[in-house]
Amino acid sequence: MLKITNLHARIGDTEILRGLNLEIATGEVHAVMGPNGSGKSTLASILAGRDDYEVTQGSIEFNGVDLLGLDATERAVAGIFLAFQYPVEIPGVSNMNFLRTAIGSIREQKGQDPISAKDFLAKVKRCAQLVELDGKLRDRSVNEGFSGGEKKRNEIFQMAMLEPMFAVLDETDSGLDIDALRIVSAGVNAMRDEKRSFLVITHYQRLLDHIVPDRVHVLAAGQIVRSGGKELALELEEKGYDWVKEAV
Amino acid sequence: MSASDQNPLLDEFTQKEYEFGFTTDIESDRIPPGLTDDTIRLLSAKKEEPQWMLDWRLKAFETWKTMEEPVWAHVDYTPLDYQKICYYAAPKSKPQLDSLDDVDPEMRRTMDKLGISTEEQKRLNNVAVDFVMDSVSVSTSFKKTLAEKGIIFCSMGEAIREHGKLVRKYLGSVVPVKDNFFSALNSAVFTDGSFCYIPPGVRCPMELSTYFRINASGTGQFERTLIVADKGSYVSYLEGCTAPQRDENQLHAAVVEIVAMDESEVKYSTVQNWYPGDANGVGGVYNFVTKRGICETRAKISWTQVETGSAITWKYPSCILKGDHSIGEFYSVAVTSGRQQADTGTKMIHLGKGTHSTIISKGISAGRSQNSYRGLVQMTAGADNARNFSQCDSLLMSDTSGAHTFPYIEISNPSAKVEHEATTSRIGEDQMFYCLQRGMTEEQAIGLIVNGYAKEVLNKLPMEFAVEAQKLLAISLEGSVG
Ligand SMILES: Nc1ncnc2c1ncn2[C@@H]1O[C@H](COP(=O)(O)OP(=O)(O)OP(=O)(O)O)[C@@H](O)[C@H]1O
Ligand SMILES: [Mg+2]
Repeated sequence: MLKITNLHARIGDTEILRGLNLEIATGEVHAVMGPNGSGKSTLASILAGRDDYEVTQGSIEFNGVDLLGLDATERAVAGIFLAFQYPVEIPGVSNMNFLRTAIGSIREQKGQDPISAKDFLAKVKRCAQLVELDGKLRDRSVNEGFSGGEKKRNEIFQMAMLEPMFAVLDETDSGLDIDALRIVSAGVNAMRDEKRSFLVITHYQRLLDHIVPDRVHVLAAGQIVRSGGKELALELEEKGYDWVKEAV
Repeated sequence: MSASDQNPLLDEFTQKEYEFGFTTDIESDRIPPGLTDDTIRLLSAKKEEPQWMLDWRLKAFETWKTMEEPVWAHVDYTPLDYQKICYYAAPKSKPQLDSLDDVDPEMRRTMDKLGISTEEQKRLNNVAVDFVMDSVSVSTSFKKTLAEKGIIFCSMGEAIREHGKLVRKYLGSVVPVKDNFFSALNSAVFTDGSFCYIPPGVRCPMELSTYFRINASGTGQFERTLIVADKGSYVSYLEGCTAPQRDENQLHAAVVEIVAMDESEVKYSTVQNWYPGDANGVGGVYNFVTKRGICETRAKISWTQVETGSAITWKYPSCILKGDHSIGEFYSVAVTSGRQQADTGTKMIHLGKGTHSTIISKGISAGRSQNSYRGLVQMTAGADNARNFSQCDSLLMSDTSGAHTFPYIEISNPSAKVEHEATTSRIGEDQMFYCLQRGMTEEQAIGLIVNGYAKEVLNKLPMEFAVEAQKLLAISLEGSVG
């Protein structure tokens, strides 16, 4: 599904990604862990097409397409979703209006008929149940006045609504209480299938007890410095990052 | 993407071609340019006006000649030559129509291009439309329904001929001739506009709506609107404007007067979309408007405006809260882009006891435009326990645009309370990216964010108008993408 080869990227004069390689097969869930500031969110932003970052070398292939040739909108239409580490607030725009506009736009660009009001509402109901999103939150302005945990839950709700092929979850677990973590993980697990892939960025092994990854990678100083099975996360939890950094 | 002025999207927003810029081929009957006593006599004669009206105009003209054109700090333009303006242009065949179906096909096409389906509006929205093209209104619908309730809704020209007593009593009673340079000019040469009278205790069963449109090249438009709401009555009035593209600047100097008698309520909503000029600021409409209402005891006037057009806008819909416990409201969204200049706001003059006013102003500036809010809240000595709340927000969409807020507050009564809040924000890069990541186009993203920002005001518009206003905001933003 996704193949990143020798990716170098910078913002201004600072090089953040320095030769990153990563391959995710269709239907797989990969976790990326790594110290603060190592470039995890940068990787997520670049995958989603944020153009503040300059890619100086390397390539990203998504289902056979050169992803770097697409803008952010086109990537979303192609099925890429990013659950943001810090979801933004959009005052005055209701969650429902936001999602209708998004879904309408994606369908239009794909040449599909608009979704009917009835189907849309049914879908909202289904997806809200999936992450136990409060009805009141659904009707409020996008993330406005939401607590940190509510924002994260809303991201997964949006993901369920948009049904992406490939979703990047950037620290969706931070800020969630224990129950919310379980609920959100169950929501993600319910969406796992053989056609959809995930890249889960996290600091905590705990999340990976709920969302069990096929592979775990360690990102440090702009590179994947180690990859392994889910037991790698346990090892990191025990030993911290110094030993992987030293190993480079 | 970046929301700074380097952003090509926002740059193009500035450079968007005027959507409604097209010219209609309707033959005009116009009098030669220039302004003298004789011009006014000719104009008055063409309109078959009674003597008192002509006298009133001539007196106004004398007053105007003694006045000087105002100068404003934040508005900058080439002075107008008032002798070069044509003061009267009426469509040549002046049809008297009962039904909109009889309207000139060419004019119908104009309306279609504007997206105003009159039949649909009539049927779906129950709106009586008084469509003013240039200076003479050519069609009025729903007159019958209104007549049954004793409501008068007609062109000003007709009102002067048919309802002279009412017009004579209230014309110039809220905006005196000598109020300002443009109100004096308007009083001398106004050609048409609308008149509306709601009898005591009557609730007008439909939104009254007028579409103004400047059509003949080089014609200044001097609309005159007078709304009289008798005791305990209610009316919601809608004014919408679009103008075709022109190379020369066109002057629009309208006067709107509202009389709200005891316990009546008037809602006045405007969507203004005059031609703003091209990317270099050439052409475009100068919109110098005087709008004012007077509230008697427990009466209420709400001004709601969505301003997206004009090269220069100078406009302060105001309320004189004369009666005790009367209420004045002002809700405004003003969008400027390109080289547009807007200086708009309101004046709330509190005279009566326990009077309340609310001001919500949302400015959106893009390109190299200048957007100023100028508001006066005056609490006079008699305004015991009067209250005002003002909120003025500015949204900047480029580094090269300007937002200015000038709140003037005068308090002569210690029990009066005035609250003022102001914020300035930039359209967020993060917000844009969030929307794009969810699959929206840049156009849709800006439209959504801006409409969200302006929602508090858009919500005050009547339903059918709110949709149009949202469309208009979206249209102003549309060409913003390559
Ligand atoms: N706009 C920017 N300008 C300058 N530096 C930036 C910018 N964005 C990111 N960086 C820098 O790039 C590096 C990587 O940041 P990134 O957000 O990708 O880290 P992260 O791995 O997600 O960290 P965390 O675990 O704290 O979320 C950091 O040193 C950060 O300061
Ligand atoms: Mg991060």
